Amino acid sequence: MSRTLSGKAAIVGIGATEFSKESGRSELQLSVEAVQHALADCGLTVADVDGLTTFTMDTSSEIALARELGVEELRFFSRINYGGGAACATVQQAAMAVATGVADVVVAYRGFNERSESRFGQVSVAAATQVNTNGLDNAWTYPMGLGTPAATVAMQARRYLHEYGATSEDFGRVAVADRRHAATNPNAFFYGKPITLEDHQASRMIVDPLHLLDCCQESDGAVALVITSAERARDLAQTPAYVAAAAQGSGRDQFVMTSYYRDDIGIPEMGVVGRELWRQSGLAPADMPMAILYDHFTPYVLMQLEELGFCGRGEAPDFVKDGAIEVGGRLPLNTHGGQLGEAYIHGMNGIAEGVRQIRGTSVNHVADAHHVLVTAGTGVPTSGLILAAG
Amino acid sequence: MIRPMVNRDSAFFWEGTQKGELRIQSCNACGVLRHPPGPACPACGALDRGYVVASGLGTVFSYVVHRHPPVPGKELPLVIALIDLDEGVRMVGEVPGVEPEEIAIGTRLQVDYNRVDDELTLPIWRRA
Repeated sequence: MSRTLSGKAAIVGIGATEFSKESGRSELQLSVEAVQHALADCGLTVADVDGLTTFTMDTSSEIALARELGVEELRFFSRINYGGGAACATVQQAAMAVATGVADVVVAYRGFNERSESRFGQVSVAAATQVNTNGLDNAWTYPMGLGTPAATVAMQARRYLHEYGATSEDFGRVAVADRRHAATNPNAFFYGKPITLEDHQASRMIVDPLHLLDCCQESDGAVALVITSAERARDLAQTPAYVAAAAQGSGRDQFVMTSYYRDDIGIPEMGVVGRELWRQSGLAPADMPMAILYDHFTPYVLMQLEELGFCGRGEAPDFVKDGAIEVGGRLPLNTHGGQLGEAYIHGMNGIAEGVRQIRGTSVNHVADAHHVLVTAGTGVPTSGLILAAG
Repeated sequence: MIRPMVNRDSAFFWEGTQKGELRIQSCNACGVLRHPPGPACPACGALDRGYVVASGLGTVFSYVVHRHPPVPGKELPLVIALIDLDEGVRMVGEVPGVEPEEIAIGTRLQVDYNRVDDELTLPIWRRA
């Protein structure tokens, strides 16, 4: 019997600010508010919290957040690198901490003003001038003019279209599904604003072959998740979302957004995550009634379906046709509206939606959502979760 | 424009472009070529490395046409390619002066050089 983390921890509380284009508050304040909401959600208090974990990219340190919240002592604090690839790994960190008794209640958080302050869709001079190996890696792309997230993904997307005979409309079906789900989610920025495939095709080119509607939003906001042991979870206010599996993954010759030097470029790091999720949980793709797949750019949703084993290589364009990834289809994706439709909170809002589906409280409820697969950022070293109802 | 971060592992590449040479790191122990460069050979672990001068010919493996948002120091639209060099390594390069419809996966390219200033010369690519 192999040892795993499966079933030893649960997400018991979720909290968020509103999702906007200009929050009007500091990034630290957004995270404070999200944590307060998440604790209230599960009936715990600041006095129960003894661990905090977030993204390396987050501008609010664990100690700054602890000060504002009034947390007196922290026994556990950690950061995960590689942009949005950190999302599910923060929950993995927390689950490992509570499963081993290193901490009892860990809060994972992410808060930013990445629309009203430093915009994530722009060329980041800071990323290119970091005094570390990431900065050195970026020397092979940024000076050549390849310097936005959309551009780095477009390079992969063009090759995918070429290899598999896919079309821009295949990417567009992901955007249509996301926006359909956002349209019925009052917390989504694009609430009440569904799009058609024709809207997608008519949207302006950002970086060929990516249209505007292939790209996620830039958003202001914060999300917090409260994680504790499975035992303690049973006594709290909400139905626990047990962590059936939690994995990180990095592939051979891995870079951040520019893993271009492999024979088959793609996202094999998500394959690493997927294999580990199936191993820990003892489940298979066919057991998943739905999934939350990280969607900062639509092409990577297709590639994830393939890497995670929902379909074969090059088969995702067929897989997503005929509403298959919309509520009522065979594998509804991103029922909160995803990061194209709800908000781009670096994948943390997707984990919160996974929890709502397990609780049965999502506005786009999927019948019998006993398991939900959630993934983190693609094109980067990444992570994933399988949440379970019990 | 954005200048490359350079350290002692990558300096040979940028010294090469200053002299009109496109240099590819080679392992002095096993002979493997690699790009981007680094201090060790991932194939055999050797730290003894040199370089070869590339022919400067390659084939487009993928490419993008960047239209939004602005890129510091560049005019839009900007064509950027991922190029399979004839020597077997791959690198990213700007293809200035080419219309988007004049490039495709499989297009043959030839390296050229953009002398930015006394300290920096960028390799760029033109249709072969």
